[in-house]
Amino acid sequence: MNFSELTIKSMADKVRRGEIKARALVEESLTRSKKSQPVLNAFITICENEALKSADRVDSLVSQKKDPGLLAGVPLAIKDLLLTKGIRTTAASKILDNFVAPYSSTVTNKLEAAGAVIVGKTNLDEFAMGASNENSAYGPVKNPWDLTRVPGGSSGGSAAVVAARITPGSIGTDTGGSIREPASFCGITGIKPTYGRVSRYGVVAFASSLDQVGPMTRTVEDSAIILEVISGKDRHDSTTAQIAVPPFSKNIFDSVKGLKIGLPKEYFVDGIDTEVRKAVENGIEILKSLGAQIVHISLPHTSYGIAVYYLIAPCEASSNLARYDGVRFGHRSKENKDILDLYCQSRGEGFGPEPKRRIMLGTYALSSGYYDAYYKKACQVRRLIRDDFVKAFQTCDVIAAPVATTPAFKLGEKSSDPLQMYLNDIFTLGPSLAGIPALSLNCGFTKNGLPVGLQLMASHFQEEKIINSAHALEKTINLENRQPHGF
Amino acid sequence: MDFEPVIGLEVHAQLLAKSKIFCPCSSAFGAGDNDNTCAVCTGMPGALPVLNKEVVELSILTGLALKCEIRENNVFSRKNYFYPDLPKGYQISQYDEPICVKGKVAFLVEGVETTVGITRAHMEEDAGKSTHHGNFSLVNLNRSSVPLLEIVSEPDLRNSKQAGEYLRNLRTILLYLGVCDGNMEEGSLRCDANVSVRPVGQKEFGTRVELKNINSFRFVEKAIDFEVGRQIDLIEHGQKITQETRLYDPDKNRTVSMRLKEEAHDYRYFPDPDLLPLKIDRLWVERVKTKLPELPLEKLRRFINQYQIPEYDAQILTQTRELSEFYENIVKKCVNGKAASNWVMGDLMRILNDQKKDISNSPVSADQIADLIKNIDGNQISGKIAKSIFEDIATGKYSREMSVGEIIKTNNLVQVTDTMAIEATIDKIIAANLAQVEQFRSGKDKIFGFFVGQVMKEMKGQGSPQIINDLLKKKLKGEA
Repeated sequence: MNFSELTIKSMADKVRRGEIKARALVEESLTRSKKSQPVLNAFITICENEALKSADRVDSLVSQKKDPGLLAGVPLAIKDLLLTKGIRTTAASKILDNFVAPYSSTVTNKLEAAGAVIVGKTNLDEFAMGASNENSAYGPVKNPWDLTRVPGGSSGGSAAVVAARITPGSIGTDTGGSIREPASFCGITGIKPTYGRVSRYGVVAFASSLDQVGPMTRTVEDSAIILEVISGKDRHDSTTAQIAVPPFSKNIFDSVKGLKIGLPKEYFVDGIDTEVRKAVENGIEILKSLGAQIVHISLPHTSYGIAVYYLIAPCEASSNLARYDGVRFGHRSKENKDILDLYCQSRGEGFGPEPKRRIMLGTYALSSGYYDAYYKKACQVRRLIRDDFVKAFQTCDVIAAPVATTPAFKLGEKSSDPLQMYLNDIFTLGPSLAGIPALSLNCGFTKNGLPVGLQLMASHFQEEKIINSAHALEKTINLENRQPHGF
Repeated sequence: MDFEPVIGLEVHAQLLAKSKIFCPCSSAFGAGDNDNTCAVCTGMPGALPVLNKEVVELSILTGLALKCEIRENNVFSRKNYFYPDLPKGYQISQYDEPICVKGKVAFLVEGVETTVGITRAHMEEDAGKSTHHGNFSLVNLNRSSVPLLEIVSEPDLRNSKQAGEYLRNLRTILLYLGVCDGNMEEGSLRCDANVSVRPVGQKEFGTRVELKNINSFRFVEKAIDFEVGRQIDLIEHGQKITQETRLYDPDKNRTVSMRLKEEAHDYRYFPDPDLLPLKIDRLWVERVKTKLPELPLEKLRRFINQYQIPEYDAQILTQTRELSEFYENIVKKCVNGKAASNWVMGDLMRILNDQKKDISNSPVSADQIADLIKNIDGNQISGKIAKSIFEDIATGKYSREMSVGEIIKTNNLVQVTDTMAIEATIDKIIAANLAQVEQFRSGKDKIFGFFVGQVMKEMKGQGSPQIINDLLKKKLKGEA
């Protein structure tokens, strides 16, 4: 049997009913992982032994008539930014090359408690800094739809494994679009939850006020299941909200009748690839045909998003990455004559170019004399961007927009020009800065067969609205069975 | 020209919360190297701080005792710098939104009330501890993230003695509150001093120097005295003071330059995005206010008025909350403030000192001392007997649970005031010492003491000295 056709929902149901062994699911996923590795380079670590042990644990629960949970026996891939106790966790950086996590993130603990089996740690841009997965110290990930193209980033490995049906789902993180953009480039569903919905404990920090963990799957329902499992207040993370988590997967429904969908004029501008625009508009048309009502809205501060983001994120990163100093863990340079030299050499050797660039940007912007003009000003404008959304959601329920201006671009096409790469985030930064939930759903393909994502956003803690709209669209547009070849 | 020193102190008090400020690790001193650590206080990737409520509560209590305004809006910021014992590469501290502002500490210096303004007090985490061993260094992170309250005074102090008194009184307040153990040697109370000098009469402050590494009360005064002298000397020689941080070297009793203003760190403070702003509501402050104990200066004033004791006594008796409570327990029972003060400051202090004990494990209880005083005042026992009973309890002959009344009763120590019995004894002594009686009568007054001693001895020390004296005089002079 080819298990890769199964969704998370059907896998877990079959395992819980004793129709398939978790071990069989995991073994097959491991085989596909290993086979794909020379082609996609989607994993940094494949955890075969741990995965088989976890699978057996799930099977023994089933044989004891105990319920392993919503994700019983489901093989999942985890972005290598989340700590997994006893397993190497690198953040795709040489500076953590030898780092074995001493504890597990809240998210991986919750997944395992729900019966999920972690088969591997996926590749990403170093410290999640990038939009193409080309900034990894472990080499770039290839897009399963076209191996000459990037999978998007920073959760490139997590997107590629799902698109290639190596695992039915994965975990990514999104700071400025790092779940949504790769989901769009790889033709899958990815949700960036509301800031505060999912715990960041045990997630290597990039920009603390923006980082969120979220699901990446083939179907909307599967994303809803994972989101349900990982959400909720965590006593280890003070920024998680004390707000009840709805049973997303149980509450899921298809009707968008009467739903008001806002189209922000700032997100439908010249410069968007015509095929992307066509696919996105087609998706919106379908929603309209299903009974949704279209309203035209404005998010006037959108154009400041990139400037604001590329101040706030590097400022926080410059401080978050200070702990990689070669003193207690991670890479320590062998060549050093004193403590300052040990810092400079260890960090100089350990960090790649993108983290270095952002550490310097952030350090500069926080410096005495510059703080008010840069960091403080950026925080004030961030507030205006957030207010734009709050105001917009007084007239609509959901906002629809493109995820990226283009489909997946060629490897090397933008990697020599950091600014060009930063501009790629233009449509995903707004929801990140505002802290609202947003998802990417495949809404069509280009003539060359590259997937295009539609972005849906809702107001804070209203994930259900985008899940339900996406679910309705997904059922009608029916692209789910189209898949890349050779995996 | 005469110069006036201007001094302000920055005191770091380690708060006695059970766990660290941002993780559940124990904050106790003296555990094995790196035993009290976890992912959070060792700065592991992905670890996040969670604020300890007890730390906030202790800070509110301290702020109230220092007459501060407790601010509703509190923000924790990151102070960024690299050091091997600073695991995250930043210290979480309050920067522009501290918990306490605008307070004051009042205390007596030689009977005169002095007030020192408190600019602010803010919560922060401690760093770990580095030790250097020739060609390598070791880091112990037990202290990392231990809660501190940094209390910054106004530049209100005008000499080193005032600075020392301020620090001693601040320490006493912290001990009264039970928020800090005040141990300067173990580093749970640390002090930096900002020192400048200006010509007397000048309003503007001189250039300020920050003194670090002042680890005892003695050194606070010595370091400031040295620094003031150094600055005056420079000015008198036509030189300028450089704004800098200087380190006090207690062995050589001098200060040496550590870093100039230009070399100061740029800490790149910004609000810690891992911790939400903390709002302290008025009700919480009101609740904490009910836990505020009577403070040293208030207690000192009350003792003087209520127990009619000299200021000197009151000052000593209020030095610690435990001692003041011990004293008050005695007075409550015996109603003789001065006698209680004398017993505590004399015999009790001597015993505690000899036995190297403190008041909390005194071998003699407050009850026992109160009973001794009552029995003396009620003419039940003589002062001499009382002292010997006290010694017997102190040296363990009797336990601190035993009642004084019982000791007196079982040993038959009640003072004999029966004049018939005393007269009989005197007659007996006179009859046995006729030669001495002759000497007395021929004018040798000094021999009177011999008779008192003989009578006392015969009565095993229990005869009332007053009655013995009176009767003996009469008998020897042949008046009775």
